[in-house]
Parts: sequence; structure tokens; C-alpha cells
Amino acid sequence: MAQNRENPGWDRLLAWLTFFSVLAALYLSLVYAPTEKTMGDVQRIFYFHVASAWIGMFAFFVVFVASIAYLAGKDARWDIYAYTSAELGVIFTTIVLVTGPIWAKPIWHTWWSWDPRLTTTLIMWFLYLAYGKIRSSLGEEEKRARLAAVFGIISFVDVPIVFMSIRWWKTLHPAPVVGGSTGFALAGGMIPAFFVSLFAFTLLYIFLMRRSVRIERMSAEIRAIKENL
Amino acid sequence: MNFAGKVRVLLWKEVKSELRTKEMLSAMLVFALLVAVSFGFALEIAKDEVAKVLPGVIWVTLAFAGILGLNRSFVSERQNDCIYGLMLCPVDRSAIYVAKTLMNLMLMAVVELIAIPMFFIMFNYPLPANLGLLILVLFLGTYAFMVIGTFLSALAASTRISEILLPILMIPLIVPVLICAVQVTGGVFSGDLSGVSLYLKLLVTFGAIYSGLPFILFDYLLEV
Repeated sequence: MAQNRENPGWDRLLAWLTFFSVLAALYLSLVYAPTEKTMGDVQRIFYFHVASAWIGMFAFFVVFVASIAYLAGKDARWDIYAYTSAELGVIFTTIVLVTGPIWAKPIWHTWWSWDPRLTTTLIMWFLYLAYGKIRSSLGEEEKRARLAAVFGIISFVDVPIVFMSIRWWKTLHPAPVVGGSTGFALAGGMIPAFFVSLFAFTLLYIFLMRRSVRIERMSAEIRAIKENL
Repeated sequence: MNFAGKVRVLLWKEVKSELRTKEMLSAMLVFALLVAVSFGFALEIAKDEVAKVLPGVIWVTLAFAGILGLNRSFVSERQNDCIYGLMLCPVDRSAIYVAKTLMNLMLMAVVELIAIPMFFIMFNYPLPANLGLLILVLFLGTYAFMVIGTFLSALAASTRISEILLPILMIPLIVPVLICAVQVTGGVFSGDLSGVSLYLKLLVTFGAIYSGLPFILFDYLLEV
């Protein structure tokens, strides 16, 4: 039975850890971090924007790995991982696509621009919406898992290609702050705010992932029981 | 029989069944011409603005006509369970994919041969001087979106809602191809070829990757 595999103690600890790190991230980025000189308070959106972008990308990477693992071994567990991670990835990418324009309106004086970064993120978002659509259009579990895994691989391979291919366009989007050519461009107080936000979003991802995987397992179990009846 | 021979047999089967029904070609062709007419009415643009709009109009039309044809490409095999007959053929599964892709490319070639001149006539625009480059970009762009499109049409055909699903799966994947193709076509029309080579290289790259991925993954699509 699935319940025996779960360890509620760990889950509770994870839930509290996530709760407090989100609180800490809110405090650090909204109060503690210094106000940016030219952009003002709107810059504070950056801490959540970048953290969700990283987690969104990571979630899609998990879809890719889980899809390969599924096709290699046909183990239904991987299919559940791929599906829940894709769902979470879409949510985090939606946060990116919403916070970005909110920041861009006062800074760029436009909500949207057909810039490589923005275009690729939007295409990525559409690809994983399509991934969800494949799943909802198929009833048989094995077939659904197989076709979704095939598309999960294609869509992840496509994203870096599109991203690299249009890098040669001139870009409006700010250069990466971490690991970019400019090096570490964050002011002193911004660094803890950024990394704590990233940490909090990572925990949030892991927490939501465990939760939804459990829900998926339970509904699979219920389906199995129903078939036996 | 070698791989090419098997593909030839399968391709001949495709051609024969299309010649008997003509359902894909006629739908694609009529659709492409209807879109040309609709854009002509809807945009009503001055002659000097045509060069800016026409590349986009041409590629959007071709993409949608392609999707319309692709919708039938694998769905037609569902009648009388023909798809199982195909799968029972003593050939590699990828041979089925290659034959379907070649057939779809041939259909698109016919559509383009008729629709592209019609665009120049309806928009009253002179044929560009650099016809060779126009033909090259038409080939590269069509190839890139039809190879991945054929694969996705096989994927969509095994679902209940393939006609709705195919465009949703396909358009995000072909948007970069369309962007590059529109840029090159725009260059051909305006005569300014300075930025064209980068986009041509990108089209070749996308064509290569979109034909490579299906080869690896097609076996998984047609499992029973």
C-alpha cells in the first residue's frame, strides 16, 4: 500500500521548512534588501521572478529526465513524476510571465517585447500546455504515459535550441546576474534575499511535487480498486 | 529489399491512395487559396506595403494548409484499422514515417506550386529577382515544419481529439521555423540579403534536428 511508503514526519518537517523559508524570503526581499537606485521598489520583483524562472526550467528538466526513464523502463512511477513536474513547471513559468511584464512596464515602458528571452519562455510555456493537453485527451494509462513521454522529450530538446538560435538577436532582457559575463552584480543586501528566495522556491517545488505525486498515486490506486470491483 | 526500396513501396501506397481520394490535396489547395483571398480582402494594403506583409501571409498560409493536410495523414489509417496493417509490414517503423513525410512534402510542393504564384497575382506584386533563393527558402522552411509535423500527426492520431490537438502541439514547435523563413523571404522581397545567411543556417539546423528526433522516437509512437 502506498501509505506505508510515505513518511509523514518528513513531510511535516518539509512543510514547516517551506513555510518559514517563504516567510524569510518575503522579509528579505521586501524589507531587508536595499532599494535599487535607478529602478526603485519595482526591482524587488526580481527575487521571485528569477527564482521561479530557475525552478520552472528545472521542473521541465525533470519532465525530460522522467520521460526518458519512462520510455526506457515503462515504470509508471516515472510517468507520475513527469506529469506532476510539468504541471508545476507551467505554474512557475506562469509566475515568470506575469511578474516579467509587471516589472517591464515601468522600466521598458512596454508590457511585452518580442525579445529572444521572452519569446522562448512563451514558446516553452505553450509547449508544456500542449503536453498537458496530450495527457487529458487520452484515457488508457499506458498509451497516455508513452505519448506524453515522447512529447516531453521533444519539447525539452526544442527549448535550448530555440533559446540558443535566437541569442544572436539583440536582447532587451537584463544579462544574467549569476554566472553572466558581468559577474556578481548584486549589491550586498540583495545577495541573501536572492538566494533565500531561490531556496524557498526550491523547497516549495519539492513540497508540491511530493504532494501531487501522492495524490496521483492515490487516484491510481482508487482506479485499480474500482476496476477490481 | 533495402530500406530505400521499402520506403518506395510504402510511398507508392501513399500516392495511390491519395490519387484515389484526393482528399488531402484538394482540401489543402482550396484552403490555401481561400486564405489568400481572405488576406487580400482583409488587409487591402497599398502596393509599397505589400513587401512587408506578404512574407508573413505566405508562411502563415502554408503552415495552416500543412496542418490541415497533416490532420488526415495518419487519421486516414484508422479506417478499417489500416494502421495495424502498416505496422505488420515487415519493415522498420521508421520506413513508415519516411514514406509519410515524403508524401506530405510532395503534397506541399504541389500546393506551393499553385498557391505561391496566386499570392503574387492576388497581391499584385512582381516576382522577386532572386527566384532561386525564394525556392530554396520555401524548400527549407516547408521541410523543417513538415518533418516534425508528420511525426506529431502520428502522435495526435492516436488520441480522441487529433484535429484539435495537432495545431496545439505543432505551432509552438514550428514558430521558430516560421520566424526564420519569414526573415529570409522578407530579404528576398526587399532585395536586402545581408542578414539572410544566418536564418538559412538556422533553417538547416532546425530541419536536421526535426528529422533526427522522430527517427529516435518514432518506434515508441506506434507500439500496440
